Amino acid sequence: MTYEALRLFADSWGLVLMGVAFVGFVGWAFRPNSSAATHRAATSIFEEDQADG
Amino acid sequence: MNRGDNAFRGVDLDDVVTRAGGWLLLMFLCVSAAGFAADTGFAVHMMICAAAATIAAFYTLRQIGRAPEAVRPDRYYDDVIRWGVIATVFWGIAGFLVGILIASQLSWPIFNLGLEYTSFGRLRPLHTSAVIFAFGGNALIATSFYVVQRTCRARLFAPALARFVFWGYQLFIVLAATGYMMGITEAREYAEPEWYVDIWLTIVWVSYLVVFVGTIVKRSEPHIYVANWFYLGFIITVAMLHLVNNVSVPASWLGSKSYSAFSGVQDALTQWWYGHNAVGFFLTAGFLGMMYYFVPKQAERPIYSYRLSIVHFWSLIFLYIWAGPHHLHYTALPDWAQTLGMVFSVMLWMPSWGGMINGLMTLNGAWDKIRTDPIIRMMVFALAFYGMSTFEGPMMSVKSVNSLSHYTNWTIGHVHSGALGWNGMITFGAIYYMTPRLWARERLYSLRMVNWHFWCATLGIVLYASSMWVAGITQGLMWREYGEDGYLVYSFAEVVAALHPYYVIRTAGGLLYFAGAIFMVWNVWMTIAGKLRDEAPMTTAAFDPAKDRPVVPAALGATPLPLAAE
Repeated sequence: MTYEALRLFADSWGLVLMGVAFVGFVGWAFRPNSSAATHRAATSIFEEDQADG
Repeated sequence: MNRGDNAFRGVDLDDVVTRAGGWLLLMFLCVSAAGFAADTGFAVHMMICAAAATIAAFYTLRQIGRAPEAVRPDRYYDDVIRWGVIATVFWGIAGFLVGILIASQLSWPIFNLGLEYTSFGRLRPLHTSAVIFAFGGNALIATSFYVVQRTCRARLFAPALARFVFWGYQLFIVLAATGYMMGITEAREYAEPEWYVDIWLTIVWVSYLVVFVGTIVKRSEPHIYVANWFYLGFIITVAMLHLVNNVSVPASWLGSKSYSAFSGVQDALTQWWYGHNAVGFFLTAGFLGMMYYFVPKQAERPIYSYRLSIVHFWSLIFLYIWAGPHHLHYTALPDWAQTLGMVFSVMLWMPSWGGMINGLMTLNGAWDKIRTDPIIRMMVFALAFYGMSTFEGPMMSVKSVNSLSHYTNWTIGHVHSGALGWNGMITFGAIYYMTPRLWARERLYSLRMVNWHFWCATLGIVLYASSMWVAGITQGLMWREYGEDGYLVYSFAEVVAALHPYYVIRTAGGLLYFAGAIFMVWNVWMTIAGKLRDEAPMTTAAFDPAKDRPVVPAALGATPLPLAAE
């Protein structure tokens, strides 16, 4: 792959791909009805029993 | 290193002898490599490797005739974490000491001792690697193993491999440190070790990834807690950065010299793509993993916004990787690349502050803990400095600011407000959190001592950062001062002389930070020894038994009492 071809891809489809992936990942956190899931995740660290080795 | 981890099997003699034989074979290979080495440094390193292999063989053979270690599937595997805590404290002290030494060398050149081995140029990478990779790296490995087990509610995957990761990483540190002193260096910022040490680190790092991912895979919690995302991002990205940045061709297979596969501005960009992402993923993402577990745990409150932590994570991952070119403003790097680096650095400000706010607001409704709990105070201070340095960084990446700040001590001040304030303080907080739990102690030896540590470190950072701001701006302004006829007003030596007082103040700041760390050594040591310091609690509501009386009406009392209220 030449520099020009790589640069063309990076400035077009690569950029779109990155943008869509980012919006998708962040959007996933804001999907409807996710409050219960995030609350459960945030408090999950307090559910441990004391099983230290 | 490679002890069997199977409870249902006695020590298998064949297995032990085979493994010990393997280590001894490796030892002979190392000794032969030392014999045919192209240079002394490589020979010394091969002898160090031979010594390490001999120790491994010795501990393997020592299992014969001993009952195999009992495996408790109902317990977390914490041995390697306990070693990691001790290693973190040890390397921290070593790294801080070398830092004080090189700060003194800049103030009083006599501390170079007139020896090549102890000259500033060789000790400076020793300091940076000791604090970043030895202190920070051990803290990251230990806390990541601690956090991944507890958040996944699963025992560590492949404990034997985890032990290899720990000891292999220590060998990497020893090889890097001794190499710098002997003058073995690739001269790549934060990636100075030569090609064979790089290969060794790759093996260790891939093993680390296997242990970490293996534990996540066997988790019993359905959700992977966000701290693990940050740790995983850190492990994978550092692997990628390390592999690309260190592509080089050894000058000989038994020598310590290699040449980079890149040249010119491509090489410079590769180095700062690595260098800035070492900051972004080693010193930021990894330590944020610590933050997202230990701050909520110590505050006993869930993270302020779990959604914000996810936005924080993806924004860091997508933005940080582009920020490197801001280290190459006004160089041969194409303008568009410089501007790209600058723009992404400025954009990084938002997720960084999102993360800081997320951590700080976790204390919302429990702000009094900052007054009553010195460990929380340390963590909050760490977050404040995370915010401070992630504001300063984007500002310095703006080209016009950079034209003043670049190559000056301002950069050093910026790095240290991040390293001492953010990385150091969050690590100390995590160590104070883990130590009593790992050694099953009731509490730390002394909470008051944590308080002393906090104030020494804070004063040290203030002295360090403020002196370097003044020094940096002084330096930048003096360098660019033109006279009427267009000549430079100050010579380089005049600028150096002007900075002397600030260098001395900086050394004092380093000494204070070190004094704080000494309290930590004492505290951790005594906690492990099972001692509790007899001390008054940090705070308590006032109680005076003499005043805890009802008011007796004068008619009832035989003698009139003075009123209880003053």
